[in-house]
Amino acid sequence: MLITCPYCGPRDLAEFAYQGDGNRTRPDPASMDQDAWNAYVYDRHNPAGAHHEFWQHSGGCRAHLAVTRDTLTHAITSVAFARELGHRRSLRRDRPERGG
Amino acid sequence: MREYSAFSLLRNALSGNRDWRPVWRKAAPRPAYDVVVVGGGGHGLATAYYLARQHGITDVAVVEKGWLGSGNVGRNTTAVRSNYLLPENQRFYEHSMKMWEGLSHELNYNVMFSQRGCLNLAHTPAQLDEFARRGNAMRHEGIDAELMTVGRIAREVPGLDTSASARFPIVGGLMQRRAGTARHDAVAWGYARGADRLGVDIIENCEVTGFRREGERIAGVVTTRGDIRARKVAVAVAGHTGEVMRRAGVDRLPIESQVLQAFVSESLKPFLHTVITFGMGHFYMAQSDKGGLIYGGGLDGYNSYAQRGNLPIVEEVTAEMLALFPGLARVRLLRSWGGTTDMSMDGSPIITCGPLPGLYLNCGWCYGGFKATPASGLCFAHTIARDEPHPLNAPFTLDRFHRGTVIDDKGQGATPNLH
Amino acid sequence: MSPRRTPTGGRIDRSRSIRFRFDGADCTGHPGDTLASALLAAGVIQFGRSFKYHRPRGVLAAGIEEPNALVTVLEGDVREPNIPATRIEIFDGLTATSQNRFPSLALDVGALGQLGGGLLSAGFYYKTFMGPAVGPLKGTAVWMWCERFIRRAAGLGRAGTAPDPARYERMNAFCDVLVVGSGPAGLMAARAAAASGARVILAELEPRFGGSTSFSGETIDGMPAHDWAASVVDDLRGRANVRLLPRTTVWGYYDGNLLAAVERVAGRRPDARREAPRHRHWVISAARVVLATGAMERPLVFPGNDRPGVMLASAAERYAAEYGVLCGERIVVFTNNDSAYRAAAALGRAGAVIGAIVDLRQEISAAARALAGATGAELLPAHAVVATNGARSLAGIELQRFDAAAKMLSGDRRPLQADCLLVSGGWSPTIQLAAQAGGRAEWDMALQAFLPPQQAEGWIGAGAVIGKFDTQAALAGGLQAGNAAAGPAVDGSVPPAVDAVALDPRPAAILEIPAPGKAFVDFQHDVTAEDIRIAHREGFFSAEHLKRYTTLGMATDQGKTSNVAGLAIMADLLGRTIPETGTTRFRPPFAPVSLGALAAERYGDVRPERLTPMHDWHVSNGATMYAAGLWQRPMVYALSGESVEQAYVREARTTRERAGIVDVSTLGKIAVQGPDAADFLDRVYTNVLSTLPVGKARYGLMLREDGMVLDDGTAWRLAADDFLVTTTTANAGKVMQHLEYLLEIVWPELRVGLTSVTDQWAGAAIGGPRAREILGLCVEGTAVDGQALPFMGIVHGEIAGAPVMICRLSFSGEMAFEVYCGAGHGTHVWDALVAAGKDFGLVPYGLEALGTMRIEKGHVTGAEIDGRTTARDLHLDWLLSKKKPFVGSMMMDREGLVRADRLQLVGVVSLDGTALAGGAHIVEQLDVKTPRRSIGHLTAACYSPALGRHIGLALVKGGKARHGTRAFLSDPLRRRFGPVEIVSHHFYDPEGRRMHG
Repeated sequence: MLITCPYCGPRDLAEFAYQGDGNRTRPDPASMDQDAWNAYVYDRHNPAGAHHEFWQHSGGCRAHLAVTRDTLTHAITSVAFARELGHRRSLRRDRPERGG
Repeated sequence: MREYSAFSLLRNALSGNRDWRPVWRKAAPRPAYDVVVVGGGGHGLATAYYLARQHGITDVAVVEKGWLGSGNVGRNTTAVRSNYLLPENQRFYEHSMKMWEGLSHELNYNVMFSQRGCLNLAHTPAQLDEFARRGNAMRHEGIDAELMTVGRIAREVPGLDTSASARFPIVGGLMQRRAGTARHDAVAWGYARGADRLGVDIIENCEVTGFRREGERIAGVVTTRGDIRARKVAVAVAGHTGEVMRRAGVDRLPIESQVLQAFVSESLKPFLHTVITFGMGHFYMAQSDKGGLIYGGGLDGYNSYAQRGNLPIVEEVTAEMLALFPGLARVRLLRSWGGTTDMSMDGSPIITCGPLPGLYLNCGWCYGGFKATPASGLCFAHTIARDEPHPLNAPFTLDRFHRGTVIDDKGQGATPNLH
Repeated sequence: MSPRRTPTGGRIDRSRSIRFRFDGADCTGHPGDTLASALLAAGVIQFGRSFKYHRPRGVLAAGIEEPNALVTVLEGDVREPNIPATRIEIFDGLTATSQNRFPSLALDVGALGQLGGGLLSAGFYYKTFMGPAVGPLKGTAVWMWCERFIRRAAGLGRAGTAPDPARYERMNAFCDVLVVGSGPAGLMAARAAAASGARVILAELEPRFGGSTSFSGETIDGMPAHDWAASVVDDLRGRANVRLLPRTTVWGYYDGNLLAAVERVAGRRPDARREAPRHRHWVISAARVVLATGAMERPLVFPGNDRPGVMLASAAERYAAEYGVLCGERIVVFTNNDSAYRAAAALGRAGAVIGAIVDLRQEISAAARALAGATGAELLPAHAVVATNGARSLAGIELQRFDAAAKMLSGDRRPLQADCLLVSGGWSPTIQLAAQAGGRAEWDMALQAFLPPQQAEGWIGAGAVIGKFDTQAALAGGLQAGNAAAGPAVDGSVPPAVDAVALDPRPAAILEIPAPGKAFVDFQHDVTAEDIRIAHREGFFSAEHLKRYTTLGMATDQGKTSNVAGLAIMADLLGRTIPETGTTRFRPPFAPVSLGALAAERYGDVRPERLTPMHDWHVSNGATMYAAGLWQRPMVYALSGESVEQAYVREARTTRERAGIVDVSTLGKIAVQGPDAADFLDRVYTNVLSTLPVGKARYGLMLREDGMVLDDGTAWRLAADDFLVTTTTANAGKVMQHLEYLLEIVWPELRVGLTSVTDQWAGAAIGGPRAREILGLCVEGTAVDGQALPFMGIVHGEIAGAPVMICRLSFSGEMAFEVYCGAGHGTHVWDALVAAGKDFGLVPYGLEALGTMRIEKGHVTGAEIDGRTTARDLHLDWLLSKKKPFVGSMMMDREGLVRADRLQLVGVVSLDGTALAGGAHIVEQLDVKTPRRSIGHLTAACYSPALGRHIGLALVKGGKARHGTRAFLSDPLRRRFGPVEIVSHHFYDPEGRRMHG
């Protein structure tokens, strides 16, 4: 399997570390919603088909990538920097209060 | 159905082997059953067998999407062991081990369970201490375990690099003598034959595409061969748990389906008589009665239903194998295959009533499901028949993750690909 | 059978001889010979014994599909088992032996197994050996006793134990077009793609390029086909954009159009250079693949079809044309299709007598009749071979009339003399790679063959693999595929003209002759047609059940010559078509691959080694090194005559009394920098880091998301926006990844950069009552007294001219300092510290003494942070901030994580002087015979020089409540038992007076 890292180009699977399901939403750090935390840590959609997931180019630039990959065929249909996706997502919510 | 024996073999040989009968009937689905078991793999078939045998529930259908035994029961490295760390796992797998010891008799079918031992190699004193912790834990639960010195290991395992100059010198090992291997397909066929003989309908090429409901309750399945009503529906579909349960409206579970590869070498004169594992990576191997080295390693490590592996694991596993057995460099890989494993969030299984009324769930076997087959069937049948868990599967609940009562033998937390 | 070398012909170099040994006998051959061709030329008939019945077997094929003629190649003690003789190029000194026979190939006691006859049929083992249900032999005893004998008889070749001195290597390659197979289609495709400028790799599993051109006798472009092939290869060889890989078997088609191939560089070939790797493992990333993998002929299934002397028609044709070997003097051909007629004609021309051509079909094409006529053979349409006979090898056959439509034999048996029977059951396209790429093979009724699945994006098929068996069509297909694969540039040329006899590619739909007797489907595994009938009777209908129940297609040849016949017989029995019966899935590898090749450079070197900058110093100063993960670390620096225990006790004692120094370079070190660094650390550590003043360090704890402890370490604030975070050695990678994940995925808005600097800093911890004095002697540019360098303070200075950073923190419990410098200065600074310490009695200490002192102090490490412990379990709840959320803060209070009966950290003291050991268990009531009811286990143990006792740390159920109680050590594995007292884990200086100074 090859993953096309936006920095490094198409690279072999061996250079990447799987970082899991990308559909999970981490509650706000201050959230007291125990069910939401439990769901974040343990529950998975686990689809047979298109799967949003994170990979880290751990043997390369170390960027985290948001990848859409078909779990039935392993075909990869999109790769983007997770940081950018995450950033766009985070702009939609208020910047969390600085912990203290 | 006639019994199998040396005598029946001889009689049939003399009559040109013309009198053998199908090992199980090719049943067509009837409109309704007491229990429908979804999944004609080892666990589903064993469940049906024990429902009939232990609980007198014979109005049972096992529905299988493909051919019987086409899942992980037919694509694993056949190791049977109970060398776990945590008591919940130890008790469950040891019970399974005891069932294995009598299984060929129970089923009148030789599943070729051979207690050739399972040896975990330790490469540092600290690792040997870790193994001692596990071995002593086993001994305190009445399970056999022993520590082996390098000298003894060298005598028992020819070809193993036990030299001090090895990259990871072997300093000792943890041996479970009663562990071993079995003939994987025979387990599926033996349970199928046993269940069939007790009246269970085994229905192949019958995919569950949906569930029937009566109010909140699950009351049957919709299949490619028609609707089947059932008082209880039991799901034992391993790697396909997520997709099958989604058809019942359960969208999220503490399970990821991942691909695990296994490998077999060309046939060699048998020289390796135990199951052996590498302590500085993830590699395990045994040699079959046909002479093939059957081996495997870590998961490919990502969600997959494809039953196809990728190269990095092939290379990794081989490198680890040759680190242990440098004399095998010119032996050749014959075949590889990939199975879809149902990796749970703590590496331990789930056998439970629910999560919906009328539904029962058996999953989360990671890559330890084969050895669990008898106990899994026994406990799941109990859970279905009595609507409460058997004491052995009482800890293997679905809600343990949220409650924090996980059974994490490897201590890896909620990262399925690391279990 | 009496094979011999013909006076002329073949692509061997008759001017030179090669000497080799087979089964102890000296043999000769010529360059260009395979072991199979050279042995046939020497008149050898029997090559091996079959797996189950030990029947004598000859060579069936000439290529990679050979099921019978497997040998072991020897190189000193190094053994290479199960290699088809057809795949071994002979070279001077080659030594090979036959397999699976005792005492010799000719006389094999294992063949007595044949007497078992019908008993050893499919399913035999499942039905017996269960033993008695009760009594001393119940359980697995009987089976295991029988199994010993089964295992003694099992297996093909024997593996060796001697390490292989050869080298293996891995190569990555990238190309626009990978062409697999170099027959007419492959060569044409490669040429077309190369002409367009594409980067082309052409892989051929044989030593020679050309595929069928080597033996077809056809004419291409007005020249003999093999000359045409040579000219194309010459042209390709001259192009910079083409890489030619002969002897390269492409065996795996992986995701993303990655193909795996193995090249035989030095193994089993004559012209090897000594320094060359034996095999090269290629991983080829190809934009497009042209599969021109050809087809393999399959035999027919009839009684006695395994007798030495029965051979595939195309194999005999190859032996004659490529090696100048005639497989028999009086040959009979038995076929269900036209292709065998060409073989008959070729062998007739080479000098054999073609006695008869037995054809299952009634109707035979004019072209085939013409070929038969030219050989002078008796043509027997609508006939079948129903038996073979002969002692060691084929002497004759028996025929009967055969009605193909009714599949019925009739009439009298007619004997016919023959020393070689050529068989052809039609051709199976070599679709394995295409099928690996994905999709289901499709059955072609007319060709009686599985064709590849629908062509996917990644590959294009050309030639016989897609059912285009004639050369003209293969050339056209190759040209088209090459053009298409290379992209838009289209080679406008037309394929060269072929002069060949036009044969009908369609065989009769018959592979099995219904005559009584053992008729083999899978030669190597001895699966007979009758075995398939038994499987059918017992309900093993599906292709996978058939395979698993009978072992059909599971031998080393993976059913290349047998799968279709097996399916056809089952389909007949079921009254279904072949596609309804199914096909097994093809999985990598296409053909067996050496394990050495797959391990490549990692053979003999499975993992890299990590060495600290001071490694050489440790080794030259007597350290016994210890593998801690990938790191090599000093265990003890034993003086001569000292045991490990004596050494660590001395090192620890000296450190507590005077001073000691230890290499801590392996600690994970992460630079956390940026305006939001302090905020970030507050979120990931359980305690507050943002209040840490610049120039100070703080102990910190991280949890996993699920609330369990992840790691502990220190955070040093070097500037307002610059932290250095240390982790335990074992968790360095894990913590880095954890932080990166959080930063990139959870909080991308934080302005923080993370850099792993583990390898950039060398670290030495110097501790003990004299440590400050020693440091004072060699540090310049800063004071190190209590004022300048208070507990957890950080200063910058120089040691022997090298810049250093010093933090006063302690793991040993003594007044201690961690001194960090650039990795390149590591040994220099270490030397200076050791020199300065000389007069103070400073000793270097290793992991054992480090471990001892940390146990005395009750510090936790990997044995306690085992992924199942909480901060509270480890008495680290003082680090759990209540003022802020942190990773794991919402999960750590769930019911399962706060139960009173959880395993909690305690100290354990041996009461009777029994040495404790990590991994021993603790019980309330000792039962040496049947140990029961463990309440916990020791995580680490040592003899404590400070306390003069054997002590340990343990995780014990409800441990906090047990302080001061007695229990027992229970270590049945090491047979150690004894009374212990459970105490606080702070054994030594619990108030920390020594380290605070």
